[in-house]
Order: sequence, then structure tokens, then C-alpha cells
Amino acid sequence: MNATLTVWLKEVRENLRDKRTVFSALIYGPLIGPVMFVVLMNVLVGHEMKKAEGPLKVPVIGAAHAPNLIGALKQWGLVPQPPIADPDKAVRDRDADVVMRIPADYGKAWSSGKPAQVDLIFDASQQGSNTPAKRLETMLERYGREQGALRLLARGLSPSVAAPLVISKRDQSTPQSRAGMFLSFLPYFFVIAVYIGGMYLAIDLTAGERERQSLEPLFANPVARWRVLVGKLGAICSFSLASLVLTAIGFSVAGHVMPAEKLGMAFDLGPGFIVDAILLELPLIALFAVLETLVAAFAKSYREAQTYLGFLMIIPIVPSMLMGFLPVKPAHWMYAIPLLGQQIGISDLLRGTPVSAGDIGIALVFGFALAFLIGLGTAVVYRSERLAISA
Amino acid sequence: MIEVKDLHKAFGAVKAVDGVTFTARDGEITGLLGPNGAGKTTTLRMLYTLMEPDSGQVLVDGIDAAADPIAVRRRLGVLPDARGLYKRLTARENIEYFARLHGIETQLMHKRRENLVDALEMHDILDRRTEGFSQGQRVKTAIARALVHDPKNVILDEPTNGLDVMATRGLRAFMRNLKAEGRCVLFSSHIMQEVAMLCDRIVVIASGRVVADESPDALRAQTGEANLEDAFVKLIGSEEGLAA
Repeated sequence: MNATLTVWLKEVRENLRDKRTVFSALIYGPLIGPVMFVVLMNVLVGHEMKKAEGPLKVPVIGAAHAPNLIGALKQWGLVPQPPIADPDKAVRDRDADVVMRIPADYGKAWSSGKPAQVDLIFDASQQGSNTPAKRLETMLERYGREQGALRLLARGLSPSVAAPLVISKRDQSTPQSRAGMFLSFLPYFFVIAVYIGGMYLAIDLTAGERERQSLEPLFANPVARWRVLVGKLGAICSFSLASLVLTAIGFSVAGHVMPAEKLGMAFDLGPGFIVDAILLELPLIALFAVLETLVAAFAKSYREAQTYLGFLMIIPIVPSMLMGFLPVKPAHWMYAIPLLGQQIGISDLLRGTPVSAGDIGIALVFGFALAFLIGLGTAVVYRSERLAISA
Repeated sequence: MIEVKDLHKAFGAVKAVDGVTFTARDGEITGLLGPNGAGKTTTLRMLYTLMEPDSGQVLVDGIDAAADPIAVRRRLGVLPDARGLYKRLTARENIEYFARLHGIETQLMHKRRENLVDALEMHDILDRRTEGFSQGQRVKTAIARALVHDPKNVILDEPTNGLDVMATRGLRAFMRNLKAEGRCVLFSSHIMQEVAMLCDRIVVIASGRVVADESPDALRAQTGEANLEDAFVKLIGSEEGLAA
């Protein structure tokens, strides 16, 4: 049997017996993304549904000053709650999302034709406060508009006199694209699955073997070191590929159980998505395998390698942050940059926009080319005398 | 046969090996004796091409280690200072892994493995994972692993280190057996009695240099000491780092 294949099989077999490696590569790595996806979506949906459609319970102070207003608001879904003594504090303490206060001179201002004031007390920095405040504000504006129109009619004027401009909105977004901000961090979970899938193997196969002093007898065999390295990389790639495939399947399953349509989104995460996502991420498997092995080859111990690779895990989050907070326009050349290409590609796939074969091809060619170059560097480090000597 | 010609190796300013020359012949046991830190392990590491000498030459069965390290490693069976078993694999899997790296076909591999398991009396541990093995069980497994390709030359770095009396006796008998089979056996030790008992030829190393290269009898004659222990101390110039 070929020496590289021998190393490969042995490393896979040995590491399948290691609970920590199996757990991180085949359970933790692939599940964290889809699980977060489902949990966050459910929380988000449940939250929005409750706020947007249910009766709007708002403490009202001074309801007696404006019975007509309250009557109209009740028709539109407001359920007035008993007034509270210190609305500012209640909102700050999050005892109430929003509080409405009708001043005592409301009635006087209203009947004398002056703008009557209504106070809304809320905290815009609180997620839970914004939606009810916005709903209440919309109701109040509607009431104001209707009353204004009635007043104009009473004076013999057409209400259109007071509405010189009509805005007609034509939203070009699709349900999926509206989820953009929310989706921008999901590709990171694919990257993390690939990274974590191979990480413990990469540490174990180089830093771990050195620490356990088994590299020295291994290198006493009549096998060129690069062949040993290729076998080890193969084993790392096998584990991260397994992690990636499970992640893609996990997202696909998650897409089916998600109440996304309630938020006006739709996900098409069928077999086509799985295949495209795996293809896009393939070069990262090779890239992370050589990179993790290179880092592990510099570390003197298992622990040291673990620390370095922990730091390195932050890097893949950069493109996700970038795309999440900056309005970057995706372009074809971006597929040539590993991580960035995967970020755009997976976001598009999640949004339901197909990624062209050409773009996937660019990502594959450039990703594997970079992996090959770093692999050459890793091979050079592997040839060094120091690598095998543990003591 | 292993020929070593004027090997030098320095780590920074430290000259670990500073001109070592000796020959280990087939059908003989050659002992590399020296105190701790004398340069024994570094010398052996250059023999099995883990390290490259700064200067000098290593020939194994006439093959230059610098020119064709892979061919040299094919002719060597090596028990390094670091035993380094794979603890999640059984003893059998450890042995078979190295057999496959040597490209030995399955049937021959099974035959060789059985022979070694018999010779080293390790039937009872063969299918246990090596995690938790005693020092003696570890050495046995590592030796079986190192010899599964039936090498003509055998290098053992401090093979009896950490073994109890029974295991040591067994290992010595095994080494005599290797010699009887006509192999070239080279081993290092800092234990004088062991070297005196086993070796046909003793190479004494101190501070990276060869200070004597003789048969045990000639060594006694050369130093004028009747007792080998006194002879070694005289050669090395101090008692430090030697064990009786």
C-alpha cells in the first residue's frame, strides 16, 4: 500500500477513537451554525409576531382627557392599561415598552384648533420598545390625518389641499434579500465548521505527535516527509469535509423547519444549495488544513498550538463583519479572495440568488492555488530537523 | 555494517558531536558507552538520518546516508530515545502501521509480526491499546515495530532504560539473538556492566569525542586497569554521568 494512503488511514482511524476530536469535528462544528440559525429565527419571529399583530397593551396616563382619541385607537388594536406613576422610570427599567401620556390641556388645545400634544415615552435603544412605539405613532398619525381632513371639509376645503405630495413606494427587495443583515453572519458558520472540523486533527498530527515523541520513530521509516505530510493533510481534510457536509445538510434541514415565511422571508435550501455550498467551501478545507498544520508545526506543544489556532479562528469573521456593516457591492473578482468569496457566495445562496459556475470556478482555482503555495511552505517546515525532535 | 567517519554536529556554540569515528560490524554487538550528555543520542540520530551532520559521513551497508537517506532508513531498524507509541492504537496496529510504511505485503507482515511477538513474548498485550503500557511493554512494542521489516542493521538508543530486571534480561537475550542471526547491532548505554556483558566492541564517547574503540579485553589492557569500571572512569576522566 502507498505510504501516503497508509498515513491517511491510520490518522483517520486513530482520531476516530478520540472523543474530543470526533465531538468537535462531527458534532459541535457542524451543528452550531444550523442550531443558532433556527434558534435566532424562532426568537426573532416570535418576538416580531407578538409585537406586530397582537393587541397593543400600553399604559395610558390621562385617558379621560381624550375619550375620542382613545376610542379610535381602541378600534385599531390599542388596549389601554391603567396609568403608572413614574413612566420615565418604568420605561428605563423595562417594566413598560412604551407609555402614552395625554396632558390635561389636551382638550382645551383640541377645541381651540391648536395642535394638541400627546407624549410617547419609550427607549429607542431597546429592541422591544421600537416596534410598539412605532405602531402607536402610526396610529396617532392616522388619527391626526383623519381629523385634519374632517376639519378641512368642515371649512369647505378639499383635504388634498393639505396633501400636496403623495409618496408611492415601490420596494424592489425580495423576501430573502430583506433578511440580508440577518443572513450576513450565517456564512461564518460554514467557515467555522471547516475550521473546527480539522483543527484538533491538525494539532494532534503535528504538535501532538511531537509532544508524544512519536514523530521521531515515524521519520525513521523509509518514507519521504512530504509523503507523510500529504497523508496527514488528507486526514485533516477528511474530517473537515465531513464537518462541512454535515453543516450544509444541517442548514438545509433547518431551512425546512423555520417559520421564515412569517417574517416575509423564504429560504430555498434544497439539494442544489447543499452542492453549491460544499463546492464553494472546498478550497477552504485545503487552505485551513495546510494553515493549521503550519501553525501547529511551529508550536512546541499541543497546548501552544491550541492557543495559536484559537486566535486564528477570529480571522474568518472579518469578511462577515465587513459584509454585515458595510454596504459592499459584490463583484466577480471577490470570488478570487478566499473567505470573501465564500462569504458572498453563501450569502447569495441563502438569499436564493444562484451563484454562477464561473464564480464557483474562480473560488476553487484561487483557493486551491493559495492552499498549494502555503502547503509548499508547510512542507519546507516539515523538513526541518527541529520538527521531529521533541526533547 | 555501519561506518561512521568523523561526524560533527553543533547546536549553536555547543559542539554535541565533535569528530566521532567508528565501525559497527555485522554479527557483532557494538556498544556506544558514554555519560549522559556525551553525544550518544545525537550521533545515533545522524545515523538514522533524522539529523544532518555538519560534516563527516555515515555509510550503512556502503550507502551514503547523505546521498540516499531513504535507502539507508530501509536497511535500519531504529529504536529511538523517544519510544513514541500511538496510544490510541493497539500494539498490533502500531506494528502493522510501520510495516505498511515499509511497503511490506500483508502476508509477509503477519508472518514477521508473529515471529517478533514470539521472540519478545508479547502475546498478552498484542491487542491492547498501548495507553497505560508499562515501560517494558512499551519498549517491546517499539522494538517489534522497529524490526518488522527485518533490517540487517539495528540501532537501539538506551534500550534497557527504565526496565526492571526481568525485562532487561529478556531484552539482552533478544539482542544476542539478533547478533546470532548475523545482524549488525549498535546500541547506546550509560550502564557499564551491560555494555561489558553484551558487546563485542565498545566505543566510549565523552564530550562528543571517541576516547576508546576496543574489545572489552583490549580496553582493560589499554588502560592497565583490571576492572572495567575503573577503565571507563580513567578513559572518561570523571565518574559523572555513569551508572555501574
